[in-house]
Amino acid sequence: MSLLDVQNLRVSFTSEAGPVTAVHDVSFRVDAGEVLGIVGESGSGKTLSLLSVLGLVDKRVATVTGQAMFRGQSLLDLPDREMRRIRGRDIALISQDPMTALTPVHTIGAQIVEQIHAHERVSRAAARARAVALLADVRIPSPEKALDRYPHELSGGMRQRAVIAMALSCNPALVVADEPTTALDTTVQAQVLDLLRALRQSHGSSVVLITHDMGVVAEMADRVAVMYAGRVVETGPVANVFNQPWHPYTWGLLASIPPLTGARQGRLYSIPGMPPAPGTLLPGCAYVARCPAAMAVCHTPPPEQGNGAHRAFCFLDASQRAAARQKVGALT
Amino acid sequence: MTVLMAAQALSRSFAVGRTWIPGSGQVLRAVDAVDLEVWRGETLGLVGESGSGKSTLGRCMTRLLDVTEGQVVFDGQDVTALQGRALRPFRRRVQMIFQDPSSSLNPQRRVGDILTEPLAVHGIRARVDIPARLAELMDLVGLPEAALRRFPHEFSGGQRQRIGIARALAMEPDLIIADEPVSALDVSVQAQVVNLFAELKERLSLTYLIIAHDLGVVRQVSDRVAIMYLGSIMETGATDPVFDTPAHPYTEALISAIPVPVVGPEARRKRIVLTGEIPSPTSPPKGCKFVTRCPIAQDRCRAERPILRGLVDGRSVACHYPQSGTLKELP
Repeated sequence: MSLLDVQNLRVSFTSEAGPVTAVHDVSFRVDAGEVLGIVGESGSGKTLSLLSVLGLVDKRVATVTGQAMFRGQSLLDLPDREMRRIRGRDIALISQDPMTALTPVHTIGAQIVEQIHAHERVSRAAARARAVALLADVRIPSPEKALDRYPHELSGGMRQRAVIAMALSCNPALVVADEPTTALDTTVQAQVLDLLRALRQSHGSSVVLITHDMGVVAEMADRVAVMYAGRVVETGPVANVFNQPWHPYTWGLLASIPPLTGARQGRLYSIPGMPPAPGTLLPGCAYVARCPAAMAVCHTPPPEQGNGAHRAFCFLDASQRAAARQKVGALT
Repeated sequence: MTVLMAAQALSRSFAVGRTWIPGSGQVLRAVDAVDLEVWRGETLGLVGESGSGKSTLGRCMTRLLDVTEGQVVFDGQDVTALQGRALRPFRRRVQMIFQDPSSSLNPQRRVGDILTEPLAVHGIRARVDIPARLAELMDLVGLPEAALRRFPHEFSGGQRQRIGIARALAMEPDLIIADEPVSALDVSVQAQVVNLFAELKERLSLTYLIIAHDLGVVRQVSDRVAIMYLGSIMETGATDPVFDTPAHPYTEALISAIPVPVVGPEARRKRIVLTGEIPSPTSPPKGCKFVTRCPIAQDRCRAERPILRGLVDGRSVACHYPQSGTLKELP
């Protein structure tokens, strides 16, 4: 049974021009012990989907419908008080910018201890000892000293480690990491990714990794969901999605990344146009305006291809895919 | 190849943490005696992590920042000390494109006005010819002419960067210095702008200095690259040899640290994860600046700072023990 099962999630906002739907019928699941990568460009709804599952969107302006089952509990129906108990203890969030996740007026130690006290009845000394152990786990040098440091005294990489330590403080079953390394430099990103991989082994948490970086997904995730304009367009094991992508958007996304090896091409493959503005969506495939393989039928809702682990919402079936990709020139 | 622009032993220092107490504060050498040449007609990629001094170097070369020591030479002329009106011809010929197109465009002015101002200030076109030139610029960067009557906020990030490019092109510059021109853009839009840079270079025979931290983008656009770390250039040379067989251990680690979008047996490659963090630029290590994180550091590296030396294949590297290539004999 999966740890988190999200079905037909839909998030809309009220605006002057009427309701704007930002997430359309998104479904995904996370199994115990696995890393699910969610990739997409800015505005594709990847962060919003997870924040709505965690009850972190403002209910006065956003309407969330659908179902999100976590260990047999329906998260979307839980009252705020119950949800607060789950967040931080069973489901932890690592945000992109460690500076917004940490308050500047308390020490790192005080913030980790506070989080432990919020969810468990343990003595001050025990909570502090656990905080030291956690900082050691995330490889912060001299953890006892770091405990009494304020966030501004740490570098970006160290701050993100402190946030990871805080996220792991109650041994959560699920960690939602939203662009955890985007704000970091390349060599520091490599260190933090290494750390996340090691922690996943030792702590056994499942991870939802939200990122725009296909490279990070390839290195970290077991399965991936590709999002475009508020929908999941393709999902499957990373090997399938990266080696035999089905959806033309995934082809384009992979082909537009400048490679680090091999012969250099004069021009990069690029997807024409830009993503549709939310609220302007037509009934058919959201990618139709930019898709080089689009057909007349694409203006109607696309069917789901595949019935196993690998699925895509597209009219192209197995027999048409290879030829279409060849024609489009989106080969990597 | 003729040298269009050169930094000669260029340094830029900043005073940090100085208070009223005499003798307080420290000196941060953001750029430390750098020699760099940009050749006419090429694209030079300047790469480094945050704090490496790459943007400071770029800003010194455009004279947006004053130089502490050393020279900036443009087209044979020393422009280091030019001030005021004397700077104008230089300003026209060297244009800059910034990372964040939203903060470098005035939100209260229409695109047409933003582009008209430099044309009028520099007297490049007579008033009557300006509208035609604006239309031409829009066409060059792939925007509709109607864009001229709109405000910056009405555009997406990629389109705004195109406006930034159009503004730079309005001056008919010889050299464009672009500081992280695509890092704020999404992958699919990034590819469009990267291709636009390549296309404009061919059409207008431009020279680029592109400052970026994304090695994939730099490899795609550059003829030559220079890798910076803590204010110094660690390695420089033609793009392919630097990426395929890096000579400096830092270059090697930097390239290997990038997550690649490949799954399967081809994805397995040598991965060097550096320990530690970039040392504080106010107190860099005494010997080689990379010594605290270098996997192959020797005693000599702690004692003696390596200078940038030529390799037989034309590259240069600041390392006592280069990973590839053969050092040229010192004269």
